[in-house]
Amino acid sequence: MKLLVKGGRLIDPAAGRDGAFDVLIEDGRVAKVGRDLPANDAAIFEVPRGALVVPGLIDMHVHLREPGQEHKETIATGTASAVAGGFTAVACMPNTDPINDHAGITQFILKKAAEAGLARVYPIGAVSLGSRGEQLAELGEQRTAGCVAFSDDGRPVATALLMRRALEYAGMLKAVIIDHCEDPSLKGDGVAHEGYRAAALGLRGIPGAAESLMVERDISLAELTGARVHVAHMSARQSLRAVRAGKARGVQVTCEVAPHHFTLTDDALAEPVQYDTNVKMNPPLREAADRDAMLEGLADGSIDAIATDHAPHHADEKMVEFDRAPFGIVGLETAVPIVFDRLIHTGRITLTRMIELLSVNPARILGIPGGTLTEGQLGDVTILAPDMATTISAGALRSRSKNTPYDGWQFRGGVAATIVGGRVVYQHPQ
Amino acid sequence: MSTHTADRTPDTAPAVDAPAVRLRSRHLLGIEGLTPAEITLILDTSEAMKEVGKRAIKKVPALRGRTVVNLFFEPSTRTRTSFEIAEKRLSADTLSIATATSSVTKGESLLDTVRNLEAMSPDMIVMRHASSGAPHLLARTCHSAIINAGDGMHEHPTQALLDAFTIREHKGRLAGLKIAIVGDLLHSRVLRSNLILLKTMGADLWVCGPATLFPPAIEQFEVHATTSVDEAVEGADVVMMLRIQNERMHGHFIPSVREYFALFGMTPARLRRASPEVILMHPGPMNRGVEIDSEVADGPYSVILEQVSNGVAVRMAVLYLLAGREADLSEVS
Repeated sequence: MKLLVKGGRLIDPAAGRDGAFDVLIEDGRVAKVGRDLPANDAAIFEVPRGALVVPGLIDMHVHLREPGQEHKETIATGTASAVAGGFTAVACMPNTDPINDHAGITQFILKKAAEAGLARVYPIGAVSLGSRGEQLAELGEQRTAGCVAFSDDGRPVATALLMRRALEYAGMLKAVIIDHCEDPSLKGDGVAHEGYRAAALGLRGIPGAAESLMVERDISLAELTGARVHVAHMSARQSLRAVRAGKARGVQVTCEVAPHHFTLTDDALAEPVQYDTNVKMNPPLREAADRDAMLEGLADGSIDAIATDHAPHHADEKMVEFDRAPFGIVGLETAVPIVFDRLIHTGRITLTRMIELLSVNPARILGIPGGTLTEGQLGDVTILAPDMATTISAGALRSRSKNTPYDGWQFRGGVAATIVGGRVVYQHPQ
Repeated sequence: MSTHTADRTPDTAPAVDAPAVRLRSRHLLGIEGLTPAEITLILDTSEAMKEVGKRAIKKVPALRGRTVVNLFFEPSTRTRTSFEIAEKRLSADTLSIATATSSVTKGESLLDTVRNLEAMSPDMIVMRHASSGAPHLLARTCHSAIINAGDGMHEHPTQALLDAFTIREHKGRLAGLKIAIVGDLLHSRVLRSNLILLKTMGADLWVCGPATLFPPAIEQFEVHATTSVDEAVEGADVVMMLRIQNERMHGHFIPSVREYFALFGMTPARLRRASPEVILMHPGPMNRGVEIDSEVADGPYSVILEQVSNGVAVRMAVLYLLAGREADLSEVS
């Protein structure tokens, strides 16, 4: 099976390419990149005028909910959502039910992903059994089964000792530890960013320091062990400061930020809808200074990746009192429009940087294929439409859950098509 | 004739600076959003309602045929009783449901509970709930008029209104008074409602408590904040005490109730720094010997029981106005 992706502007930062190139994909892999390639016997995908051809986007932080919480999302619906959002690959967090702390569950996830046949799925295994923070999970067995990284996401790796051992052990396996950084005692039963908004609304707060304390711990331990640590869904300006300092002295620390943390602030708690549970996530929406720090970090290179923390929840679970609602929002189908609208069209980052954040760096951090379109690489391509007028409609999302704060929002930019292994798995209806 | 007021919209509201003759919202979710004219309307209406309570036959037909449900998800004696009496004095048909949050946890969601109640066509729901914003959720999704009788750490609007009414009775005004609020500021819904109301009405507001019990970003609330009781009370026209829950030492907020009383308790000596005409208030329930000395609570400056009496009149006024009645009190007088 051959596919010629013809026309458009190819941006492949890892290969140093930016220009009018065609991409020929053969048997799932890039066979040739060049100008005006002949189709011969290949099917032709005509890239729409003005569209960009980029290495398949990779979301390194999603929750697919299967096994165990299929009312929120399944691997099939989650990967349908991914490809509709332009992502050819996702890395899924282990906080399913049961927790993915065992090779058998990893194999189940991979089998389901293969059946769905949409985006590639890279499981992230639990660091500790049941993510309880008591005993290391069998990281080696999980790695062999297909886990690309380890995390107790939803909660931090519980103790400094466990984190130290996990870093050392995962380092041996050439896998990164992704930490949900949060000091549990400072978080307490907090439900929103600790600041004026939460105080005025009578909501218990979670200070930025709850995150940065744990970021600092992890950086110290990465320094001690020489291993790699990745900070998940960074939200606080203090955390960014800690990451910058760590990087400056050569610690192997990377970090990601979610679109909502560089778009929204805790003002969204009060308007347009007071106590809207679709703006409840963990880490919480923080104040303007934090949001602005994230924007700076994206621009100056101290933030390595944009990851959505796609966290589907059923409407029944969200239609409750604010402090009883689960944390999280869906993100796969809103990320690209937000990045275009808020980062590209505002001139904050370049297209090259955008592709680094959404493809090159996630592949590098996880040590997975992709992130570039040179010969022999995966034939995973995203076709981006920088000027597409996108209106987010919660009801129209492919995800099984509709918990987005962006319902009705209009953005400039979108996804024209998504190609995985030379197969067009998503095409925008227009 | 339909008794629902659901069709009333804010479009019919008078201009903000004109004297209000009715409330713009059909709910009372909080003090936030009320204009000075609306607050004044409620307080003025409360005066007429207070007169009803002094009669031999303490009953007027204003809410005859209307059904009011008191839905209390948190224990309450004072507030629930006060609402019930207010409803009965207005001739509403009332019932009270006290539900421990835990039993709701096991089964029905809040929305389902209320939808079931609404299937029986009540006109108003008075709700107390441990979650901040719970009444706002109902107001977005339900038909009845919602009255917030206390939501989590957020607001307790009828308490602030009865406090303002009591202050106004004694001082004749709210604007320009030095009002000191002392105690657990962080967890108090009474504080939040009072802050908004008293600021809206132009009072000079001071808040005081231990640093651990300040709301975050207190400076953005635009009040004088101090950890010195003496500074807060100095020359105050009104001193309002807030309850300290005995279990607060568990979150490391205070070392002990003993130390709390030593540092922040309202004693006769501390109260002497206030204006000679000071009134001393407490929303209840009081912890004697923790935030307040009995000599102060039962002393000559205390208006604590007046607050309770006034609560009935203020709640009558709120119910009356939310039922769609204009400030024409012919049915009351």
